[in-house]
Amino acid sequence: MTSASIKPNAEHIIPTLHPAFAKRRCFRADSVCGELWDILDQVCDPELPGLTLWDLGVLQDVQVSNDASNNQQITVVITPTYSGCPAVDAMSEDAIKALNNAGFNQVKVAVILAPAWSTDMISPNGKKQLRALSIAPPNEHDNVDCPVCGSGETEVLSQFGSTACKAMYRCLSCSEVFDYFKNL
Amino acid sequence: MIDTFVIHEQKPLYRFILALADDSLTLSHRLAQWCSNGPYLEEDIALSNVALDYIGRARMFYQYAAKLEDKGRTEDDLAYLRNEREFTNLLIHELPKGDFAFTMVRQFFVDVFYNLYLEELLKSSDENVVAIAAKSIKETRYHLKRSKPWIRQLAEGTEESRQRILNALEELKDFVGELFEMPTWEQELCDAGIAPDRSALQQPWDDYVQKFLAISDIDYHDTVLRIRGGRDGIHTEHLGHMLCDMQFLQRSHPNMQW
Repeated sequence: MTSASIKPNAEHIIPTLHPAFAKRRCFRADSVCGELWDILDQVCDPELPGLTLWDLGVLQDVQVSNDASNNQQITVVITPTYSGCPAVDAMSEDAIKALNNAGFNQVKVAVILAPAWSTDMISPNGKKQLRALSIAPPNEHDNVDCPVCGSGETEVLSQFGSTACKAMYRCLSCSEVFDYFKNL
Repeated sequence: MIDTFVIHEQKPLYRFILALADDSLTLSHRLAQWCSNGPYLEEDIALSNVALDYIGRARMFYQYAAKLEDKGRTEDDLAYLRNEREFTNLLIHELPKGDFAFTMVRQFFVDVFYNLYLEELLKSSDENVVAIAAKSIKETRYHLKRSKPWIRQLAEGTEESRQRILNALEELKDFVGELFEMPTWEQELCDAGIAPDRSALQQPWDDYVQKFLAISDIDYHDTVLRIRGGRDGIHTEHLGHMLCDMQFLQRSHPNMQW
């Protein structure tokens, strides 16, 4: 397929931000410990290389407090994508490791359930990364475009794919079978 | 020997949360038994993923129950070290997986139920309960989207697939009524604004299920209460066998962790 026939996604035409992501971005910009957020940008989903916890919307907050003996204690707050997501433990370990490597020794991870994670929290860069991994990013109307050739002519093969957060689709234009990151 | 009076002495909120956890865990285990036994690969993966959603839900409830109990027990202790009579899941969740039609009819029934129930649970005055409900309802909406076409496909498929759906409907109808039963202790939680009123969901459930099954020309109209006992720790013969399997590892290698 030539690039001229690629059907652009809405976010290519009008670069709008979802309010849920805009809120997160604002929250991060207001944080007093911006450098910690930046360190955590090294931490990716264990099954989606290149997609950071921040871009995925899993990373919700970074808090710093001092304990009784005046040692700095860092709490990384994350929310799981799906309630049974087995990647949460790996994500927590990786977040602690990243901060430890940067010289912060007192780190713990808190898993929260509210606000419930939604695909609206995924950053525009996260969606780009998903496409780069040949995974169709979530679409609120479940209009799924092929991440390989861009065609909108696709069909669902199975409502669950390789993980709980994905469904399996097939492109009717280029025949590619691909994962779709379900809208939640 | 644990007697049912132990359950009756539990604090209502703890009892409520633990019961919801048991509902999710037993159903999750039954669904997980399809792993590597599904009719084809995609369906195998799908059922395992639904099981995963339910085990996630069970964990959220068990973690909260452990916190409420405050005796140092963990989610694992509650799931793996309680006996049959201490489990208080509603019976429909523990029934063996049966054939694929049975699994899908049960799933359709509980999917319709949880779409109604979790919507009400979102209005609870307990913020922990609301957080779990908000997480779970999104998953449950998706499950229903998946179980509906399966019911139609089988009911309107071959003579055999239709017969299997009809058999499953017949077998399950005795266990549906319990979903809508409100024991006194749960009614008290309902009056306190914590628990939803199950009995009020019967009519919308009946309407939804009857209307949907009518599309496939199935007359289904009977969900009176026939068999009860789950919430009092009185189970079908199947739960004990299931727990033997499920708890084996933790019982023979105590304190083992993933």
